[in-house]
Order: sequence, then C-alpha cells, then structure tokens
Amino acid sequence: MLKVLKAGLYSSIQDLGRFGYRDIGVPVAGAMDSESVKKANLLLDNEENDAVMEITMTGPTLQFNYDTYISLSGAQIMATLNNEPVYNYTVIKVKEGDILSYGRLETGFRGYLAIKGGFKTGKVLNSRSHFYPVTKMGRIKDGDELPYEATQNYAPKISGVKIEELFGLGTLKVFKGPEFSLLSDTQLADIFTRTFGVSKENNRMAYQLAELITGHSHSILTSGTLPGTIQLTPAGRMIILMKDGQTTGGYPRILQLSEASISILAQKKYGDELRFKLV
Amino acid sequence: MKSYPISIKPFGERAILVEWPKEVNEAILADILDFMDAFKEKGILGWEMSVAYNSVTMVYNFGPVDFDETKVVIQECRKNQTKSKTQRIQHLWTLPVCYDLEFGLDMENVARTLNLSTDELIKQHTSHEYVVYGIGFLPGFMYLGGLPSTLEIPRRAEPRLKVEKGAVGLAGKQTGIYPQESPGGWNIIGNCPVNLFDPDKSTPCFINVGDKIRFTSISEAEHKLHKIEGEVGIYKPEKIALNA
Repeated sequence: MLKVLKAGLYSSIQDLGRFGYRDIGVPVAGAMDSESVKKANLLLDNEENDAVMEITMTGPTLQFNYDTYISLSGAQIMATLNNEPVYNYTVIKVKEGDILSYGRLETGFRGYLAIKGGFKTGKVLNSRSHFYPVTKMGRIKDGDELPYEATQNYAPKISGVKIEELFGLGTLKVFKGPEFSLLSDTQLADIFTRTFGVSKENNRMAYQLAELITGHSHSILTSGTLPGTIQLTPAGRMIILMKDGQTTGGYPRILQLSEASISILAQKKYGDELRFKLV
Repeated sequence: MKSYPISIKPFGERAILVEWPKEVNEAILADILDFMDAFKEKGILGWEMSVAYNSVTMVYNFGPVDFDETKVVIQECRKNQTKSKTQRIQHLWTLPVCYDLEFGLDMENVARTLNLSTDELIKQHTSHEYVVYGIGFLPGFMYLGGLPSTLEIPRRAEPRLKVEKGAVGLAGKQTGIYPQESPGGWNIIGNCPVNLFDPDKSTPCFINVGDKIRFTSISEAEHKLHKIEGEVGIYKPEKIALNA
C-alpha cells in the first residue's frame, strides 16, 4: 500500500483512459499528459497503460509500505525521498517506510508518479482512471491507501529517457474541426495570428482561453466531441475540451488538437500563453 | 425508405465524423442505426461509434486513422446497408416521474410562462413518446426528441450549480433526465427515481439509442418506493418491445 499522508491540490489515479463507453456518454478520462505517462512507465518496464498518479501543481506526501521502484515525469515539481532530492525521468529505489514529498513547481503543471507494476486500485469499466461518479472517488484524499505490488530487485533496462520538454512549447498543432468552414476571415486571422492566454477556467474537463475572438450566431445540432476538440461559443470564447470533457456538445467544433498537443496543453496553467498552428 | 446523402469528415488524428442532413427525425435515426450495423458487421476492432441526432462520431482507439481508406469502407457500408433490420429490437420504456413541487423547482414558473396549468403541463409531458436520439453530455444522459411545441421553453437565464440526480427538465425542443447530480440550465419540472446509469452492471445503461420513452406521473410515496426498490435492485421499469 501507498499511504497518502497529504493528498496535494488535486491528485488522482489515471491510466491512458476509459475506452469503449463513449456511446453511453462516458468521457475517456485518463492522464491529461499521456506522453509523460508513457515515459514514466517505460522506465519501469511497465505497460504503457499502467495506472499512475497524476499530480496537479502542489504535490502530495506519500509513504510507501513495501519496497518498490518509482519514476517521476511531466511537470518539474521539486520532490524529495526522505528529504533527499529525487529527479524526473530516473528510476528511484524506494524502501518500506520511505516518504516521498513534493515542493515547489518549477515548470509545467501536471506531474506523474509511476510505480513498478502500476497502481492496483480497482477498475471500473475497464479503467482505473478516476472520474466521478463513474468511479466512487474523483481524486485521492488524505489517508487513502493505494495498493501496489512489492518489488525488491529490479534492474532497469534503461536508466533514463530522452527528455523532450514538449510542455515548454507554446504552439499547439491543430487540425480543422468539423465546423472549421463556418469561420470567417476575421476569426481565422484572430485564431492564427494572435497569442492566447489560459484563463482561470481550466481543469481536467476543459481549458477556456482568456481572450475572446469575434463571436458568431451559428447553431449546430448536438454532436460528438473528443479530448482536444476546440469549441467556439457564440460570444467568441474558445473552449478546449480535455480528458474528462463531455462526449457531445452543441457549439461549433472549429479545431481539433493533435494528440501530442493535448499533452502540451495539459502542462499549461492560468496565465500561460499559447498560439495555434494549422497542420 | 429514403436514402439520405451523408458527408464524411476527418476529425483529428483518430476520429471520423459522418453526418446526415441537419434534421431531427426518426427516419434519419433509423438510417444511422442501419449504417452502424453495417459497419459493425465488417468486424473491424477498435472503433467506437456514438450517435447524436444526425451524426455518428467514429473514434479509433488503436492509433491514428487513415482517413481515405476508412472513407472507402464507410461508403461501401453505406451501399450495402440493409434497411431497418428486424433483429434490432427497440423498446418503449415507461419511466415514472414525480412532478411534485418538492422536485419540480421550476414547475410553477414554467407553467406560468407556457400559459398552462401545472396539471395540463404534466398531462402534456406524459402523453407523448420521446425518441432517444443519442446518449452523451453525462454518462447515461439521453437526448430525447418529440417534445410538443407547447412545452418549448428557453433554458434558465442562470444555470444552477447543482441539479439533483433524476431531475427531469425542459429546454428548447428537448426534455430529459439528469442521470447524476450535475450543474445544469434546464427548467426542472420533476424527478425520475430510476437509476439510468450503473457502472457496476454489465450494461451500465439499459436504454439504447433508438428506444422510446414515455413518462408517467407518480406520487411522492411511489417515488420514494421506486427509489428504494432501485437501490436494492428489484425495480424494473416497464418496457414493451416495439419490433420483436
């Protein structure tokens, strides 16, 4: 068990997502920055889809009840194991009783903690990803005990992965969305020449951009949406749906983020700037 | 049956959107369901398909999709699809609703705005069959079509931060049930005690797109009873097979 002494701002268990239930309205969920999760799992010879802990901005304090190995990835949040600093993208040996705690956020927004064999919390609809109320809990809370399997001896095949600081990038690659053709020349110019800021309204469901562009009066019939779908409200607000985002929506879907750009956006926080590039 | 023209659009790296004419009608829905059956028969694994009114969003979970290749498959399915298969059994479900003011937070206001008595409003809401045109927004939330125009009312100016599970609402041309507690802007006129989404069941959502819903008015006591029956797993809403 991993004992959660303090849960941090918003920490949850996530794998790569809950697939196959979109037709009954269940969001994909899963790690916001799946690229970082894959790297953390790779270091431990885990499956790509093994469950990790997603940590937002302020990290938790955790105590390990058995020996294991862990790796950290994603946002650079200063972390210590028994008060000794530990670093992202390395394999870290952990002993029974050790305490991992997080400090200051340096870069990015969401960090990941992978554990040898993955977290073994319960699966609901084929995924361990927290998503309330499909799962009983929406996130980790103080005092939780998260199961994992003990590992005494592990010789990593690789000791580090190439760190592409993808989330340092400010340009998001986008495809034309289903309603792209509704955009006027003014709106197109707005979208592709301006810089946008991430608003306070940003969470696992969606990121809203701070600046408005020219509005519109188009209405569409409710239709499917995906993580990475950018909707434009009549007021000219751009809303980017993320992993917990609803499966259908009624605003024009003007753009669609590339898969890699979803991970990049997941590392942005309030006030960060971004631009769009059509691919 | 009429054959509708469709459009096939790429939707990012791993999805394709297939759209029918921008209308809400049962013939289009039947055409969409026939197309989906034809695609499923191809047996290509990894595709998820979700229907909403005039579209199917097709998502491939195994990686990026080859749009041109899949477009050909979609066109072939379209050509070969058989019309309204009899093996697709659809049901008419009767869902109980308590329209008591305890639940119907907006009932009086809605009745006043629509110039109806509350009794007349309940009578109208319970005397129509609604078609399930899609499931989305929330797990188990049904997009229902077929609301009489006399019950059309705009969304509330200010959405509520918290709408109770089971709340039955009206908004524009739509009526529906919130399957879980959620923020919401619909006008709430009652509450349905039936659990519409249960992740612990092998079929978490027992109602399917293409099914029909009829509401029936129940008392507060019946509401309480059905809720308890639902919690212990013995309440089964009444259903009739439409085309068995």
